[in-house]
Amino acid sequence: MESRVSRYLPYLAFGLLALFPLTESTFYMQLLTKVLIMAIFAMSLDLLVGYTGLVSFGHAAYFGLAGYALALMSPGYDAVSLWWTLPAAVAVCALFALFTGMLVLRTRGIYFIMVTLAFAQMLFFVFHDTKLGGGSDGAYIYVKPSMKLGDFELANLEKPAQFYWLALFLMAATYLLLHRVLGSSFGRALLGIKVNEHRMRALGFPVFRYQLASFTLAGSLAGIAGYLAAMQYGFVNPEILSWHQSGAVLMMVILGGMGTLYGAAIGSFAFIVLQEVLSNQAWFGAWAKHWQLAMGILIMLVALYLPQGLAGLAQKFRGKPAPEAADE
Amino acid sequence: MSDKPQTVSGEPILRTQGLTKRFGGLVAVSDVSLDLHVGEVHVVIGPNGAGKTTLTNLLSGDLPPTSGRVMFGGRDIAGSSADQISRMGIGRSYQKTNIFLPFTVFENARLAAQSRTPHALKVFSRAADFAEINRRADAALEAAGLTHRAQRVAATLSHGEQRQLEIAMCLATQPRVLLLDEPLAGMGPHESQRMVELIKSLTADHAIMLIEHDMDAVFALAHRLTVMVNGEVLESGTPAEVRSSPAVQLAYLGGEELLHD
Repeated sequence: MESRVSRYLPYLAFGLLALFPLTESTFYMQLLTKVLIMAIFAMSLDLLVGYTGLVSFGHAAYFGLAGYALALMSPGYDAVSLWWTLPAAVAVCALFALFTGMLVLRTRGIYFIMVTLAFAQMLFFVFHDTKLGGGSDGAYIYVKPSMKLGDFELANLEKPAQFYWLALFLMAATYLLLHRVLGSSFGRALLGIKVNEHRMRALGFPVFRYQLASFTLAGSLAGIAGYLAAMQYGFVNPEILSWHQSGAVLMMVILGGMGTLYGAAIGSFAFIVLQEVLSNQAWFGAWAKHWQLAMGILIMLVALYLPQGLAGLAQKFRGKPAPEAADE
Repeated sequence: MSDKPQTVSGEPILRTQGLTKRFGGLVAVSDVSLDLHVGEVHVVIGPNGAGKTTLTNLLSGDLPPTSGRVMFGGRDIAGSSADQISRMGIGRSYQKTNIFLPFTVFENARLAAQSRTPHALKVFSRAADFAEINRRADAALEAAGLTHRAQRVAATLSHGEQRQLEIAMCLATQPRVLLLDEPLAGMGPHESQRMVELIKSLTADHAIMLIEHDMDAVFALAHRLTVMVNGEVLESGTPAEVRSSPAVQLAYLGGEELLHD
């Protein structure tokens, strides 16, 4: 049984995060916005890696595709409406994930890693080598999308605090959606597939369909993150769907702990904060340029000594085994 | 013996005709024809490498046959996928224990029971809320004698209990046909006895194909007996018929001890 405390902990966290703009620190608010966006991205990947047993090394494809979708849908200096561009960007990602999923899910293990990477690289070169999205220079999103209800402006996303709240809202919604999905019969079946795919098939589960549904949902949620990221920077270039990006989000999931949603969120927080700290020239001087070296060592240490990630660390202190099993 | 199993007459629920599986040049299963009836245990024996497990794999859809037919419910199901065959009502257990080790015993059975609900992907209803599925999981655990272990993590069970869980999961899918691949493998005498009783109790409602090496269990359970050697059926019939077959005595049973009983 989930304890009462841990059931309400996420809501408490969302509540505290919602108060953060009161500090009026724009720098940290924007940094935290980035964390929230990457948390959506990392949770979507955790659905695959931690709950379905599919290690994708091309998850940035869906992230980047949504960013490009927003850039292509807002070419001018007029704000486009979020009400249709967000669903449209997510729908594009869902369709692309459905299509690629039908192909990549015929492979397993190392081949799955390679084929997902290959699809992401194909998309990278489509945007890199064609004029579609401005080639290697990328494209600008001059004005952030609007959120209007009739004439009433629900939120002005040019304001950092309001953009922050939107990111927080979507992050909380993603968390609650995935939490619900993973607690359902469908989620239990995914865990079963992760643990013993062969036996699931022998029990009569159409494994491919479950995996495809999971893959499509993961791609769609990555699209929400990519849409927000493109909006935050006001700019997209092929780097957002490169394998570096796929690797970074995978590291966030590993850092936080695979198979726990909040672990993915903690991992994105840790990753981005570490990146900020380690690349701080005032503190690390010439070494700051080589922050990836220090990050790599840290990730290795986590993989060696904390196989359950930072989430596992929290559980260690509470003296509880990690919830690998689906009992609650 | 008083409780000697009696054969059942009538239409078989499952019938293979000329079932063959080739791996390159090797013929693992060659032209096998056998019948399974509800109410009967059909035991398949044979030395290692005789093709018994391959035969099970052909029936369960884990492997597609090279040729031949598997007639079930009036149609040829040869070549259907494992999940399709499972949903048709043919369940199997594995020689090598094949369960969800990190899950609780109950969750193992519950997942098996869940597989019988329509696949409308009930994404938003909590898994624990389905009373009917939970009831079926409980019933399967009870039948297999594992109720007292329901909340244990499957990996912590004894070998014998894990074998029982194999059967429980199979039962939770409510099959008509049970394919049991060496359910007694590695069990102590006490556990074996329980398993034999369990299989006996399932016979009335199921058609069972049992692969087994334990001769005591074989003769306690078998209504029909098929002896396989090198992928082929050497002999098939009632235990008495098979026992008195000179070919079987020569090739496999090889002992005077089987002549008297």
